[in-house]
Amino acid sequence: MLSVSLTGALRSAVGGAECVQIQASSIRELISNLSDQYPNIRQHIDTGIAVAIDGKIYRDNWDVEISADAEVFLLPRIQGG
Amino acid sequence: MSGVHVSTTINGDPVEFACPQDETLINSLRDRVGLTGVKEGCGTGDCGACSVTLDGRLVCSCLVLSAEVNGKEIATVEGMVEDGKLHPLQQQFIEHAALQCGICTPGILVAAKVLLERNPNPSEEEIRYALAGNLCRCTGYDKIVRAVQAAGKEMRKKSR
Amino acid sequence: MGHDSTYTNQKFKVVGTRVNRPDGVDKVTGRAKYGADAYAPGQLVGLFLRSPHAHAKIKKIDVSKAEKLDGVKAIITSADLPDLTGDDRDLTDILENCMARGRALYDGHAVAAVAAIDMQTAKKALKLIKISYQKLPHVTDVDQAMEPGAPIIHDFVRDRKTGKPSNVCKISQFGHGDVEAGFAEADVIIEKTFKTEQTHQGYIEPHACLANISSDNTGELWVTTQGHFGFRSTCAELLGMDVAKLKVTSSEIGGGFGGKTHVWIEPIALALSRKANRPVKVVMSRDEVFRASGPTSATSIDVKIGAKKDGTITGATADLRYTNGAFPGFWAMLGSMISFACYDIKHVKSIGYDVIVNRPKVAAYRAPSAPMPAFAIESVMDLIAAELKMKPIELRIKNAAKEGTRASYGPTYGPIGIGPTLDAAKNHPHMRARLKKNQGRGVACGFWFNFGGQTCVDLNIGIDGSVNLIVGTVDVGGSRASLALIAAEELGIPYEQVRANVGDTASLGHNDMTDGSRGTFSSGMATIFAARNAITVLRERAAKTWDIPLESVIWKEGAARATGKGNSNRPPLSLKELAASAPNTGGPIAGHNEVVADNAGVSFASHICDVEVDPETGVTKVIRYTVIQDAGKAVHPDYVEGQLQGGAAQGIGWALNEEYVYGDDGCLQNPGFLDYRIPVCSDLPFIDTQILEIPNPDHPYGIRGVGETSIVPPLAAIGNAVSNAVGVRMNHTPMSPIRILKAIEDSKA
Repeated sequence: MLSVSLTGALRSAVGGAECVQIQASSIRELISNLSDQYPNIRQHIDTGIAVAIDGKIYRDNWDVEISADAEVFLLPRIQGG
Repeated sequence: MSGVHVSTTINGDPVEFACPQDETLINSLRDRVGLTGVKEGCGTGDCGACSVTLDGRLVCSCLVLSAEVNGKEIATVEGMVEDGKLHPLQQQFIEHAALQCGICTPGILVAAKVLLERNPNPSEEEIRYALAGNLCRCTGYDKIVRAVQAAGKEMRKKSR
Repeated sequence: MGHDSTYTNQKFKVVGTRVNRPDGVDKVTGRAKYGADAYAPGQLVGLFLRSPHAHAKIKKIDVSKAEKLDGVKAIITSADLPDLTGDDRDLTDILENCMARGRALYDGHAVAAVAAIDMQTAKKALKLIKISYQKLPHVTDVDQAMEPGAPIIHDFVRDRKTGKPSNVCKISQFGHGDVEAGFAEADVIIEKTFKTEQTHQGYIEPHACLANISSDNTGELWVTTQGHFGFRSTCAELLGMDVAKLKVTSSEIGGGFGGKTHVWIEPIALALSRKANRPVKVVMSRDEVFRASGPTSATSIDVKIGAKKDGTITGATADLRYTNGAFPGFWAMLGSMISFACYDIKHVKSIGYDVIVNRPKVAAYRAPSAPMPAFAIESVMDLIAAELKMKPIELRIKNAAKEGTRASYGPTYGPIGIGPTLDAAKNHPHMRARLKKNQGRGVACGFWFNFGGQTCVDLNIGIDGSVNLIVGTVDVGGSRASLALIAAEELGIPYEQVRANVGDTASLGHNDMTDGSRGTFSSGMATIFAARNAITVLRERAAKTWDIPLESVIWKEGAARATGKGNSNRPPLSLKELAASAPNTGGPIAGHNEVVADNAGVSFASHICDVEVDPETGVTKVIRYTVIQDAGKAVHPDYVEGQLQGGAAQGIGWALNEEYVYGDDGCLQNPGFLDYRIPVCSDLPFIDTQILEIPNPDHPYGIRGVGETSIVPPLAAIGNAVSNAVGVRMNHTPMSPIRILKAIEDSKA
């Protein structure tokens, strides 16, 4: 089980929790299992999210593997200039 | 609106065109003569991207009516290359990375050429004030000033 | 797939050298073609009619007289633009921003557009369009827009708690710990409110495009943009076209800084072309650029920081209110993520309020949303330092985030560069230079995320062995030179043998925009992999030529070399020789790569600034400026320096001069470069740079993005310097002469 921390508006999609437990070994699995468990998160995934694994921010690459003890954060997708 | 016939010299070549009375020189140069090196950043004389010389005097071509240039000599960035060789300013701008997007470059080169012709050895401050009418948003002007200094040095060496 | 992007500490031959850029000659001779420089046979002139009101209901648009004018070929209003956006709210907003639908939401909002045979006719036609408006109450100030009873701009935006209509479209909170407990531990607490006025990216080239849709609904668009692939998909979606049938070519771009990551005129130009069945060229005037494109947010920010006597920050909060313009955005959310990112703070909380006002839709501007909280927070840091009688730089060093620090936006940092930039600042000779009367020094730091994204490149070996590198990220500041350097490095050939070009949307797969400081980072990564891909092909061809196994061929210094027993006598096969023999060894030789370049590596900078303030006039002169930033690896140091200097200059303009001034009527009063004054050459000193190279562990060359962070610290660095020079804390940008004089006067009262 991964401990997935949520920030900002993403928390409201999981009923206000700061952290949820999700079974996943990759970002793809994380996204998939998260939206099964918390359907409200889907709209955020559609508009764009980023996943920070041990401090490294991934916006697009869902192939990235996640180790069980990793620090995982779900962040809003950022935009640059 | 009736048109005017304009007979002028551009970068040494005789050029004739007809245009509406209220057409500005920048539009004639770009759209009728095809000299799109003259850039429009504002159309109100505030940015200097359209700088050309008119009988040797630096002007914003967006503030000049084409009807006024009859019989006069115009020089644009397109005329700076001589005998297939880049002008020292052009060469130094490349060497010093004095441009990023490059949209202000033609106007700045024309303005800097006028400066160096009048004052072959300008101080940093003189360069900065001579170019104060030419906006650049990319570079912070640092490398532009250095390139003008280097070109001035090169030109002084050549004229010795 | 499967490319390893891990940093390897390789020795470089050409990367890191200061070569001449490939587009240099074109750009100094006037040959380079920008957005407004294209021409198509039969092209029409497109012009927009824009709202003169800040907020108004459009009761009726009568185009009948304009339509009858000889030479008018098409007129477009929202009635000609069916809403094909489905339930994609962001896209609906883009459509409505490009052309008002029933209501004009800001001064300058487009309400109609005309295509005619020439400029005179088009202008005449605009005058013949009759629009009856019913003025509505408006609001342009962020704090006023949040007050109860403020004019409501969108009925669909609701307060989360009460469900009532509101102008606050998003509330975002970031942070950790218990800030009240943090403040309870503090020996000193400083709380202060700041305001920053709205600024524009101020690119010198106005938006411009040449649109051409033919009767079979295929089209071409020539446009100045930071991302032609993104423009293609947005335009195609809005107009109901297949993406593959719209070819978008990015012109040379005359500056963007984020402002050219959004469509403004382009979908309408295409719609005009479709209706007129002729090519249509649209070039914005400067007035239109200011009134209807860009800008960044105006903000109002409360900051509270508490610290112990030894300087340890125990708690910090920020309330950030950002204008979003007339449509919902997420700019305060970004601000609330970024605000305290430079520091290691146990108890920290930021709340961002995104607020809709009657101003143009906010666009990204270089490290979007970051300079404003940096101004507020870095100013309070100086106040804390003064209270504790610490040197400002020491307070920052003491609290700087480091590897293992939990970032204020959530995750834990890996190796980061804030500490090294602060140490470099502390040891910089600039810090020891003597100041004279009326002069002051300021230090500030800044953070930006950086990101990568979807990227692909083609690397084609020509029949003579010269190399054509085709990239899909628009070159905004010299990236073609950097990418050609990278290709030359990998292939082991001279830089001059490589030519880098930006491909159009028909010649490459999708590429994300050049934004988020990603151009050289991500296209650089794809170039490395594409070159390695080509090298494999080259080795295969050599193996075939020699009739030896592939494993016995290595690539070194621009040639295939046979290794192993019995092969040592074979002379190497150069790239040129392999290219010449390609027809008989399998055909053209090329390398390709498609990649999602993630992990761009967060970026930090520290700036030092000296100013002199004339106490009589309030005029501030920047007399010395130093930028210290981590670049990971500077591929082309000239252009890295250029980014650092350019960003600093924009920040200086923001700090001292630039602002959108709105009248009581809600209309912009200074839509031109005369009254919206960006820094000119005589305003600035040389801007010194110090590039640190702390390799990004997730890029083969260690590259990080460098384009944006440099705009983050200047507002605060100048704010601190001005405050030190005049002895009064400045809390409102721009710190124009009037504001400085008033602050001095108020302090005496």
